[in-house]
Amino acid sequence: MGNLIYLKNVVTLQLDENKCNGCGTCLEVCPHAVFKMNSSHAVIQNRDACMECGACSRNCPFGAISVEANVGCAAAVINSLLGREGGACSCSIEPGNNGNAGKGGCCC
Amino acid sequence: MNKKESCSCTGSQIILPVIQEKSNCCPEAKEAPNIIPRMDQPFITGSITTPAGRIPKVSAQLQSRDNWGTIRARWGVGRMDYMVDPGLYALGNPDDNSPVLVTANYKMSFDYLRRELSSRNAWILVLDTKGINVWCAAGKGTFGTEELIKRIEASGLKNIVSHRTLILPQLGAPGVAAHQVKRASGFKVYYGPVRAKDLPAYLDSGWKTTPAMRIITFSLKDRAVLIPIELVAAVKPFLILAPILFILSGIGGPAGFWTNTVNYGLFAVLALLTAIVCGVVLNPLLLPFLPGRAFSTKGFSSGFVVALILLYLRDINLQAWPGRIEALSWLLIIPAIVAYLAMNFTGASTYTSLSGVKKEMRWALPAEIATGAGGLIIWIASRLIA
Repeated sequence: MGNLIYLKNVVTLQLDENKCNGCGTCLEVCPHAVFKMNSSHAVIQNRDACMECGACSRNCPFGAISVEANVGCAAAVINSLLGREGGACSCSIEPGNNGNAGKGGCCC
Repeated sequence: MNKKESCSCTGSQIILPVIQEKSNCCPEAKEAPNIIPRMDQPFITGSITTPAGRIPKVSAQLQSRDNWGTIRARWGVGRMDYMVDPGLYALGNPDDNSPVLVTANYKMSFDYLRRELSSRNAWILVLDTKGINVWCAAGKGTFGTEELIKRIEASGLKNIVSHRTLILPQLGAPGVAAHQVKRASGFKVYYGPVRAKDLPAYLDSGWKTTPAMRIITFSLKDRAVLIPIELVAAVKPFLILAPILFILSGIGGPAGFWTNTVNYGLFAVLALLTAIVCGVVLNPLLLPFLPGRAFSTKGFSSGFVVALILLYLRDINLQAWPGRIEALSWLLIIPAIVAYLAMNFTGASTYTSLSGVKKEMRWALPAEIATGAGGLIIWIASRLIA
Protein backbone atom coordinates (compact mmCIF):
# COMPACT_ATOMS: atom_id res chain seq x y z
CA MET A 1 0.00 0.00 0.00
CA GLY A 2 1.27 3.47 -0.85
CA ASN A 3 2.09 6.04 1.72
CA LEU A 4 -0.86 7.78 3.29
CA ILE A 5 -0.97 11.55 2.93
CA TYR A 6 -2.70 13.88 5.36
CA LEU A 7 -3.97 17.42 4.64
CA LYS A 8 -2.26 19.42 1.91
CA ASN A 9 -0.42 22.72 2.21
CA VAL A 10 -0.36 22.94 5.97
CA VAL A 11 3.07 21.92 7.20
CA THR A 12 5.52 24.47 8.59
CA LEU A 13 8.63 22.85 7.13
CA GLN A 14 11.21 25.27 5.70
CA LEU A 15 14.58 24.51 4.16
CA ASP A 16 17.18 27.23 3.67
CA GLU A 17 19.15 25.95 0.71
CA ASN A 18 21.86 28.54 1.28
CA LYS A 19 22.70 27.13 4.70
CA CYS A 20 22.53 23.52 3.54
CA ASN A 21 25.87 21.92 2.69
CA GLY A 22 24.41 18.72 1.36
CA CYS A 23 25.40 16.31 4.12
CA GLY A 24 22.21 14.33 3.57
CA THR A 25 21.37 13.76 7.24
CA CYS A 26 17.81 14.96 6.69
CA LEU A 27 17.26 12.32 4.00
CA GLU A 28 18.46 9.74 6.46
CA VAL A 29 16.25 10.65 9.42
CA CYS A 30 13.04 11.57 7.59
CA PRO A 31 10.55 8.69 7.86
CA HIS A 32 8.44 10.02 5.00
CA ALA A 33 11.08 10.67 2.32
CA VAL A 34 10.24 14.36 2.23
CA PHE A 35 13.71 15.36 1.02
CA LYS A 36 15.82 14.46 -1.94
CA MET A 37 19.36 15.38 -2.91
CA ASN A 38 20.09 17.94 -5.54
CA SER A 39 23.58 18.26 -6.97
CA SER A 40 24.85 20.24 -3.99
CA HIS A 41 22.11 20.44 -1.41
CA ALA A 42 18.89 18.90 -0.15
CA VAL A 43 15.52 19.96 -1.53
CA ILE A 44 11.98 19.31 -0.39
CA GLN A 45 10.38 16.90 -2.83
CA ASN A 46 7.21 15.93 -1.00
CA ARG A 47 6.21 18.52 1.54
CA ASP A 48 2.68 17.24 2.11
CA ALA A 49 4.13 13.97 3.40
CA CYS A 50 5.82 15.83 6.26
CA MET A 51 4.37 15.09 9.68
CA GLU A 52 6.40 17.72 11.51
CA CYS A 53 8.24 15.25 13.73
CA GLY A 54 11.28 17.52 13.69
CA ALA A 55 13.91 14.83 13.13
CA CYS A 56 15.43 16.75 10.21
CA SER A 57 15.71 20.12 11.90
CA ARG A 58 17.08 18.64 15.12
CA ASN A 59 19.74 16.70 13.25
CA CYS A 60 20.73 19.37 10.74
CA PRO A 61 24.23 20.46 11.78
CA PHE A 62 23.84 23.74 9.91
CA GLY A 63 20.47 24.86 11.15
CA ALA A 64 19.17 24.92 7.59
CA ILE A 65 15.80 23.37 8.40
CA SER A 66 13.02 24.82 10.48
CA VAL A 67 9.74 23.20 11.38
CA GLU A 68 7.30 23.65 14.21
CA ALA A 69 7.94 20.18 15.49
CA ASN A 70 5.22 18.51 17.47
CA VAL A 71 3.02 15.47 17.69
CA GLY A 72 -0.06 15.55 15.47
CA CYS A 73 -2.51 14.24 18.03
CA ALA A 74 -6.04 15.58 18.40
CA ALA A 75 -6.41 14.14 21.90
CA ALA A 76 -3.36 16.08 23.01
CA VAL A 77 -4.73 19.28 21.50
CA ILE A 78 -8.03 18.76 23.32
CA ASN A 79 -6.26 18.01 26.58
CA SER A 80 -4.23 21.13 26.10
CA LEU A 81 -7.39 23.19 25.44
CA LEU A 82 -8.95 21.77 28.60
CA GLY A 83 -5.80 22.39 30.58
CA ARG A 84 -5.47 18.71 31.36
CA GLU A 85 -2.22 16.87 31.55
CA GLY A 86 -1.37 13.84 29.49
CA GLY A 87 -4.03 12.00 27.58
CA ALA A 88 -5.34 8.65 26.55
CA CYS A 89 -2.47 8.25 24.14
CA SER A 90 -0.03 9.18 26.89
CA CYS A 91 1.45 11.80 24.66
CA SER A 92 1.41 15.42 25.57
CA ILE A 93 1.69 18.60 23.64
CA GLU A 94 4.83 20.59 24.11
CA PRO A 95 4.69 24.08 25.59
CA GLY A 96 4.78 25.65 22.14
CA ASN A 97 2.65 28.66 21.35
CA ASN A 98 -0.05 28.26 23.98
CA GLY A 99 2.30 27.37 26.77
CA ASN A 100 -0.25 26.96 29.52
CA ALA A 101 -0.70 24.13 31.96
CA GLY A 102 -1.58 21.78 29.13
CA LYS A 103 1.87 20.36 28.82
CA GLY A 104 2.34 16.98 30.31
CA GLY A 105 4.66 16.19 33.13
CA CYS A 106 7.13 14.50 30.92
CA CYS A 107 10.04 14.49 33.26
CA CYS A 108 9.02 15.86 36.61
CA MET B 1 18.39 7.58 40.58
CA ASN B 2 16.03 8.55 37.82
CA LYS B 3 14.68 11.53 39.62
CA LYS B 4 17.78 13.63 39.53
CA GLU B 5 16.38 16.14 37.05
CA SER B 6 13.26 16.57 39.09
CA CYS B 7 13.86 20.23 39.76
CA SER B 8 15.45 21.36 36.56
CA CYS B 9 12.67 20.35 34.28
CA THR B 10 12.37 22.74 31.40
CA GLY B 11 9.75 20.90 29.45
CA SER B 12 11.06 18.68 26.78
CA GLN B 13 13.10 21.10 24.74
CA ILE B 14 16.78 20.48 24.71
CA ILE B 15 18.61 23.71 24.33
CA LEU B 16 22.14 22.38 24.39
CA PRO B 17 23.64 19.25 25.75
CA VAL B 18 24.86 20.84 28.90
CA ILE B 19 25.85 17.99 31.13
CA GLN B 20 27.84 19.93 33.65
CA GLU B 21 26.62 20.79 37.11
CA LYS B 22 22.98 21.65 37.29
CA SER B 23 23.64 23.75 40.37
CA ASN B 24 21.51 24.13 43.45
CA CYS B 25 18.69 21.81 44.32
CA CYS B 26 19.45 18.70 42.31
CA PRO B 27 21.52 16.09 44.06
CA GLU B 28 23.77 15.32 41.13
CA ALA B 29 24.51 11.67 40.63
CA LYS B 30 27.35 12.47 38.27
CA GLU B 31 30.01 11.57 40.79
CA ALA B 32 28.47 8.21 41.42
CA PRO B 33 30.06 5.15 39.85
CA ASN B 34 28.32 3.45 36.97
CA ILE B 35 24.62 2.98 37.32
CA ILE B 36 23.92 -0.69 36.71
CA PRO B 37 20.36 -1.75 35.93
CA ARG B 38 18.59 -3.80 38.58
CA MET B 39 19.48 -7.47 38.49
CA ASP B 40 16.16 -8.67 39.90
CA GLN B 41 14.16 -7.98 36.75
CA PRO B 42 12.53 -11.21 35.58
CA PHE B 43 13.94 -11.17 32.04
CA ILE B 44 17.58 -11.05 33.17
CA THR B 45 19.35 -14.35 32.60
CA GLY B 46 22.69 -13.66 34.23
CA SER B 47 25.48 -11.16 34.14
CA ILE B 48 28.68 -10.42 32.31
CA THR B 49 31.79 -8.92 33.89
CA THR B 50 33.19 -5.78 32.31
CA PRO B 51 35.67 -3.07 33.32
CA ALA B 52 32.60 -1.05 34.36
CA GLY B 53 31.23 -3.77 36.60
CA ARG B 54 28.79 -6.61 36.25
CA ILE B 55 26.31 -5.90 33.48
CA PRO B 56 22.97 -7.73 33.41
CA LYS B 57 22.53 -10.16 30.58
CA VAL B 58 19.37 -10.70 28.58
CA SER B 59 18.34 -13.21 25.97
CA ALA B 60 16.85 -12.63 22.53
CA GLN B 61 14.39 -15.36 23.34
CA LEU B 62 11.19 -13.86 24.71
CA GLN B 63 9.45 -15.81 27.43
CA SER B 64 5.71 -16.35 27.72
CA ARG B 65 5.82 -13.78 30.51
CA ASP B 66 7.14 -11.18 28.02
CA ASN B 67 4.50 -12.01 25.43
CA TRP B 68 1.78 -11.85 28.04
CA GLY B 69 3.09 -8.45 29.11
CA THR B 70 2.82 -7.23 25.51
CA ILE B 71 -0.79 -8.42 25.28
CA ARG B 72 -1.62 -6.74 28.57
CA ALA B 73 -0.02 -3.48 27.48
CA ARG B 74 -1.90 -3.54 24.17
CA TRP B 75 -5.10 -3.69 26.24
CA GLY B 76 -3.93 -0.88 28.48
CA VAL B 77 -3.27 -3.06 31.53
CA GLY B 78 -0.27 -1.76 33.44
CA ARG B 79 0.73 0.09 30.31
CA MET B 80 1.97 3.22 32.01
CA ASP B 81 4.20 1.19 34.27
CA TYR B 82 5.61 -1.29 31.78
CA MET B 83 9.24 -0.43 32.13
CA VAL B 84 12.76 -1.70 32.00
CA ASP B 85 15.29 -0.25 34.39
CA PRO B 86 17.39 2.17 32.29
CA GLY B 87 21.05 1.47 31.65
CA LEU B 88 23.28 -0.93 29.79
CA TYR B 89 22.40 -4.56 29.12
CA ALA B 90 24.35 -7.34 27.45
CA LEU B 91 22.65 -9.41 24.80
CA GLY B 92 24.41 -12.72 24.24
CA ASN B 93 28.13 -12.39 24.95
CA PRO B 94 29.21 -9.01 23.67
CA ASP B 95 32.81 -7.79 23.81
CA ASP B 96 34.44 -4.41 23.39
CA ASN B 97 33.86 -4.50 19.64
CA SER B 98 30.18 -5.36 19.75
CA PRO B 99 27.66 -2.83 18.49
CA VAL B 100 25.70 -0.69 20.92
CA LEU B 101 21.98 -0.39 20.22
CA VAL B 102 19.98 2.30 21.94
CA THR B 103 16.30 1.99 22.85
CA ALA B 104 13.58 3.29 25.16
CA ASN B 105 12.69 1.78 28.51
CA TYR B 106 9.17 0.85 27.45
CA LYS B 107 9.30 -2.90 27.94
CA MET B 108 7.64 -3.59 24.59
CA SER B 109 10.29 -1.52 22.75
CA PHE B 110 13.03 -3.37 24.60
CA ASP B 111 11.47 -6.76 23.85
CA TYR B 112 10.87 -6.04 20.17
CA LEU B 113 14.50 -5.01 19.85
CA ARG B 114 16.09 -8.04 21.50
CA ARG B 115 13.66 -10.41 19.81
CA GLU B 116 15.19 -9.49 16.44
CA LEU B 117 18.76 -10.08 17.58
CA SER B 118 18.79 -13.79 18.20
CA SER B 119 22.22 -15.43 18.07
CA ARG B 120 23.90 -12.05 18.03
CA ASN B 121 26.08 -10.28 20.56
CA ALA B 122 25.34 -6.67 21.26
CA TRP B 123 25.06 -4.06 23.97
CA ILE B 124 21.67 -2.54 24.55
CA LEU B 125 21.64 0.92 26.07
CA VAL B 126 18.22 1.66 27.51
CA LEU B 127 17.32 5.33 27.95
CA ASP B 128 14.98 6.51 30.66
CA THR B 129 11.90 7.50 28.67
CA LYS B 130 9.49 6.97 31.58
CA GLY B 131 8.13 3.83 29.98
CA ILE B 132 7.20 5.50 26.70
CA ASN B 133 8.12 4.03 23.31
CA VAL B 134 10.94 5.47 21.19
CA TRP B 135 8.90 7.58 18.79
CA CYS B 136 6.54 9.17 21.30
CA ALA B 137 9.41 9.74 23.71
CA ALA B 138 11.50 11.32 20.96
CA GLY B 139 8.59 13.62 20.17
CA LYS B 140 8.53 14.69 23.79
CA GLY B 141 12.30 14.88 24.04
CA THR B 142 12.70 12.26 26.76
CA PHE B 143 14.35 9.99 24.20
CA GLY B 144 16.70 12.87 23.66
CA THR B 145 20.17 14.28 23.30
CA GLU B 146 20.55 15.12 26.96
CA GLU B 147 19.34 11.76 28.26
CA LEU B 148 21.52 9.88 25.77
CA ILE B 149 24.66 11.77 26.76
CA LYS B 150 23.87 11.29 30.42
CA ARG B 151 23.19 7.58 29.96
CA ILE B 152 26.45 7.06 28.04
CA GLU B 153 28.32 8.54 30.98
CA ALA B 154 26.31 6.82 33.69
CA SER B 155 26.59 3.37 32.14
CA GLY B 156 30.37 3.45 31.89
CA LEU B 157 30.04 2.60 28.20
CA LYS B 158 33.34 4.29 27.40
CA ASN B 159 35.18 1.73 29.50
CA ILE B 160 33.27 -1.19 28.05
CA VAL B 161 33.54 -0.71 24.30
CA SER B 162 36.63 0.29 22.35
CA HIS B 163 34.69 1.91 19.51
CA ARG B 164 32.72 5.15 19.68
CA THR B 165 29.59 4.38 17.70
CA LEU B 166 25.93 3.94 18.60
CA ILE B 167 23.01 2.62 16.59
CA LEU B 168 19.77 4.46 17.30
CA PRO B 169 16.36 3.64 15.90
CA GLN B 170 15.59 6.14 13.17
CA LEU B 171 12.39 7.15 14.94
CA GLY B 172 14.51 8.41 17.84
CA ALA B 173 15.82 11.18 15.58
CA PRO B 174 13.12 13.75 16.49
CA GLY B 175 14.61 13.86 19.99
CA VAL B 176 18.30 13.35 19.37
CA ALA B 177 20.73 15.71 17.66
CA ALA B 178 23.42 13.34 16.43
CA HIS B 179 26.02 16.07 15.93
CA GLN B 180 25.55 17.32 19.50
CA VAL B 181 25.89 13.81 20.90
CA LYS B 182 29.16 13.43 19.01
CA ARG B 183 30.47 16.73 20.30
CA ALA B 184 29.53 16.07 23.91
CA SER B 185 30.29 12.36 24.25
CA GLY B 186 32.54 11.41 21.38
CA PHE B 187 30.05 8.81 20.20
CA LYS B 188 28.91 8.94 16.60
CA VAL B 189 25.23 8.22 16.16
CA TYR B 190 24.14 5.97 13.32
CA TYR B 191 20.42 5.93 12.65
CA GLY B 192 19.37 2.38 11.95
CA PRO B 193 16.14 1.24 10.35
CA VAL B 194 12.68 2.38 11.45
CA ARG B 195 11.63 -1.17 12.34
CA ALA B 196 13.56 -3.53 14.58
CA LYS B 197 12.82 -6.41 12.25
CA ASP B 198 15.13 -4.84 9.65
CA LEU B 199 18.04 -4.79 12.09
CA PRO B 200 19.57 -8.14 11.11
CA ALA B 201 19.74 -7.05 7.45
CA TYR B 202 21.11 -3.67 8.51
CA LEU B 203 23.81 -5.16 10.71
CA ASP B 204 24.77 -7.79 8.12
CA SER B 205 25.12 -5.24 5.35
CA GLY B 206 27.66 -3.20 7.30
CA TRP B 207 25.10 -0.76 8.68
CA LYS B 208 23.51 0.14 5.38
CA THR B 209 19.83 0.91 5.09
CA THR B 210 17.62 0.44 2.08
CA PRO B 211 15.11 3.20 1.26
CA ALA B 212 12.29 0.95 2.48
CA MET B 213 13.93 0.61 5.90
CA ARG B 214 13.77 4.38 6.29
CA ILE B 215 10.06 4.79 5.56
CA ILE B 216 7.38 4.53 8.20
CA THR B 217 4.25 2.85 6.95
CA PHE B 218 0.86 2.31 8.57
CA SER B 219 -0.06 -1.16 7.46
CA LEU B 220 -3.25 -3.02 8.28
CA LYS B 221 -1.40 -4.89 11.01
CA ASP B 222 0.05 -1.68 12.47
CA ARG B 223 -3.46 -0.25 12.61
CA ALA B 224 -5.07 -3.40 13.94
CA VAL B 225 -2.81 -3.71 17.00
CA LEU B 226 -3.97 -0.25 18.08
CA ILE B 227 -7.63 -1.26 18.26
CA PRO B 228 -7.60 -2.74 21.78
CA ILE B 229 -6.18 0.35 23.44
CA GLU B 230 -8.64 2.55 21.52
CA LEU B 231 -11.50 0.30 22.63
CA VAL B 232 -10.40 0.46 26.24
CA ALA B 233 -10.26 4.25 26.08
CA ALA B 234 -13.83 4.35 24.73
CA VAL B 235 -15.26 2.06 27.39
CA LYS B 236 -15.37 4.68 30.13
CA PRO B 237 -17.42 7.28 28.24
CA PHE B 238 -19.68 4.46 27.05
CA LEU B 239 -20.35 3.29 30.60
CA ILE B 240 -21.26 6.85 31.55
CA LEU B 241 -23.42 7.62 28.51
CA ALA B 242 -25.26 4.31 28.15
CA PRO B 243 -27.20 4.50 31.45
CA ILE B 244 -28.06 8.16 30.79
CA LEU B 245 -29.54 7.32 27.38
CA PHE B 246 -31.30 4.34 28.87
CA ILE B 247 -32.98 6.36 31.60
CA LEU B 248 -33.82 9.28 29.28
CA SER B 249 -35.55 6.88 26.93
CA GLY B 250 -37.87 5.78 29.69
CA ILE B 251 -39.08 9.31 30.32
CA GLY B 252 -41.71 10.45 27.84
CA GLY B 253 -42.81 8.14 25.10
CA PRO B 254 -46.03 6.28 24.56
CA ALA B 255 -45.88 3.58 27.21
CA GLY B 256 -44.70 3.09 30.76
CA PHE B 257 -41.13 3.72 31.84
CA TRP B 258 -39.83 0.18 31.50
CA THR B 259 -41.60 -0.50 28.24
CA ASN B 260 -40.07 2.67 26.80
CA THR B 261 -36.60 1.71 27.90
CA VAL B 262 -37.01 -1.64 26.19
CA ASN B 263 -38.38 -0.05 23.03
CA TYR B 264 -36.01 2.91 22.76
CA GLY B 265 -33.36 2.65 25.45
CA LEU B 266 -31.90 -0.64 24.32
CA PHE B 267 -31.67 0.68 20.79
CA ALA B 268 -30.01 3.87 22.03
CA VAL B 269 -27.38 1.85 23.84
CA LEU B 270 -26.91 -0.34 20.78
CA ALA B 271 -26.55 2.75 18.59
CA LEU B 272 -23.91 4.14 20.91
CA LEU B 273 -22.06 0.84 20.86
CA THR B 274 -22.25 0.76 17.07
CA ALA B 275 -20.80 4.26 16.86
CA ILE B 276 -17.90 3.29 19.10
CA VAL B 277 -17.14 0.11 17.19
CA CYS B 278 -17.28 2.02 13.93
CA GLY B 279 -15.00 4.73 15.33
CA VAL B 280 -12.33 2.63 16.97
CA VAL B 281 -12.46 -0.64 15.02
CA LEU B 282 -13.77 -0.03 11.49
CA ASN B 283 -12.12 3.34 11.00
CA PRO B 284 -8.59 2.21 11.83
CA LEU B 285 -9.00 -0.92 9.72
CA LEU B 286 -10.49 0.86 6.70
CA LEU B 287 -8.49 4.07 7.10
CA PRO B 288 -6.85 4.21 3.65
CA PHE B 289 -10.11 3.37 1.90
CA LEU B 290 -12.43 5.85 3.59
CA PRO B 291 -13.09 9.10 1.73
CA GLY B 292 -11.36 12.35 2.56
CA ARG B 293 -7.97 13.22 4.01
CA ALA B 294 -9.16 14.59 7.32
CA PHE B 295 -9.82 11.80 9.80
CA SER B 296 -13.10 13.46 10.80
CA THR B 297 -14.32 13.30 7.22
CA LYS B 298 -13.59 9.59 7.19
CA GLY B 299 -15.46 9.30 10.48
CA PHE B 300 -18.51 11.31 9.41
CA SER B 301 -18.92 9.34 6.20
CA SER B 302 -18.42 5.89 7.69
CA GLY B 303 -20.62 6.84 10.65
CA PHE B 304 -23.40 7.94 8.32
CA VAL B 305 -23.33 4.66 6.41
CA VAL B 306 -23.31 2.64 9.61
CA ALA B 307 -26.22 4.70 10.99
CA LEU B 308 -28.22 4.02 7.82
CA ILE B 309 -27.60 0.30 8.12
CA LEU B 310 -28.55 0.30 11.79
CA LEU B 311 -31.79 2.20 11.13
CA TYR B 312 -32.63 -0.14 8.28
CA LEU B 313 -32.24 -3.10 10.60
CA ARG B 314 -34.33 -1.40 13.26
CA ASP B 315 -37.15 -0.99 10.81
CA ILE B 316 -38.38 2.33 12.20
CA ASN B 317 -41.86 3.45 11.20
CA LEU B 318 -41.02 6.40 8.94
CA GLN B 319 -44.69 7.10 8.22
CA ALA B 320 -45.10 8.78 11.59
CA TRP B 321 -43.24 11.86 12.82
CA PRO B 322 -41.82 10.39 16.01
CA GLY B 323 -40.16 7.66 13.95
CA ARG B 324 -38.81 10.12 11.41
CA ILE B 325 -37.41 12.40 14.07
CA GLU B 326 -35.83 9.53 15.92
CA ALA B 327 -34.21 8.30 12.73
CA LEU B 328 -32.89 11.79 12.02
CA SER B 329 -31.42 12.06 15.49
CA TRP B 330 -29.37 8.89 15.02
CA LEU B 331 -28.21 10.04 11.61
CA LEU B 332 -26.67 12.99 13.44
CA ILE B 333 -25.48 11.40 16.68
CA ILE B 334 -23.74 8.33 15.28
CA PRO B 335 -21.64 10.14 12.64
CA ALA B 336 -20.71 12.79 15.22
CA ILE B 337 -19.38 10.20 17.66
CA VAL B 338 -17.58 8.28 14.94
CA ALA B 339 -16.00 11.47 13.57
CA TYR B 340 -14.79 12.44 17.02
CA LEU B 341 -13.27 9.02 17.66
CA ALA B 342 -11.72 8.99 14.20
CA MET B 343 -10.23 12.42 14.81
CA ASN B 344 -8.65 11.17 18.00
CA PHE B 345 -6.97 8.42 16.03
CA THR B 346 -4.66 11.04 14.48
CA GLY B 347 -2.45 10.67 17.53
CA ALA B 348 -1.99 6.98 16.91
CA SER B 349 -1.40 7.35 13.18
CA THR B 350 2.05 7.65 11.68
CA TYR B 351 1.56 10.49 9.25
CA THR B 352 -0.42 13.37 10.71
CA SER B 353 1.24 16.71 11.40
CA LEU B 354 0.15 18.95 14.23
CA SER B 355 -0.49 21.81 11.78
CA GLY B 356 -2.82 19.51 9.88
CA VAL B 357 -4.54 18.25 13.02
CA LYS B 358 -5.15 21.81 14.18
CA LYS B 359 -6.55 22.76 10.80
CA GLU B 360 -8.84 19.75 10.82
CA MET B 361 -9.98 20.43 14.37
CA ARG B 362 -10.91 24.02 13.62
CA TRP B 363 -13.89 22.84 11.60
CA ALA B 364 -14.29 19.28 12.77
CA LEU B 365 -14.59 19.77 16.50
CA PRO B 366 -17.38 22.39 16.26
CA ALA B 367 -19.08 20.23 13.61
CA GLU B 368 -18.92 17.17 15.83
CA ILE B 369 -20.23 19.02 18.85
CA ALA B 370 -23.01 20.67 16.85
CA THR B 371 -24.24 17.51 15.14
CA GLY B 372 -23.88 15.45 18.29
CA ALA B 373 -25.68 17.93 20.54
CA GLY B 374 -28.26 18.72 17.84
CA GLY B 375 -28.95 15.03 17.38
CA LEU B 376 -29.31 14.49 21.10
CA ILE B 377 -31.82 17.34 21.42
CA ILE B 378 -33.81 15.99 18.49
CA TRP B 379 -33.74 12.53 20.02
CA ILE B 380 -35.03 13.84 23.36
CA ALA B 381 -37.74 15.73 21.46
CA SER B 382 -38.71 12.56 19.65
CA ARG B 383 -39.16 10.87 23.04
CA LEU B 384 -41.38 13.67 24.28
CA ILE B 385 -43.71 13.82 21.27
CA ALA B 386 -43.97 10.09 20.87
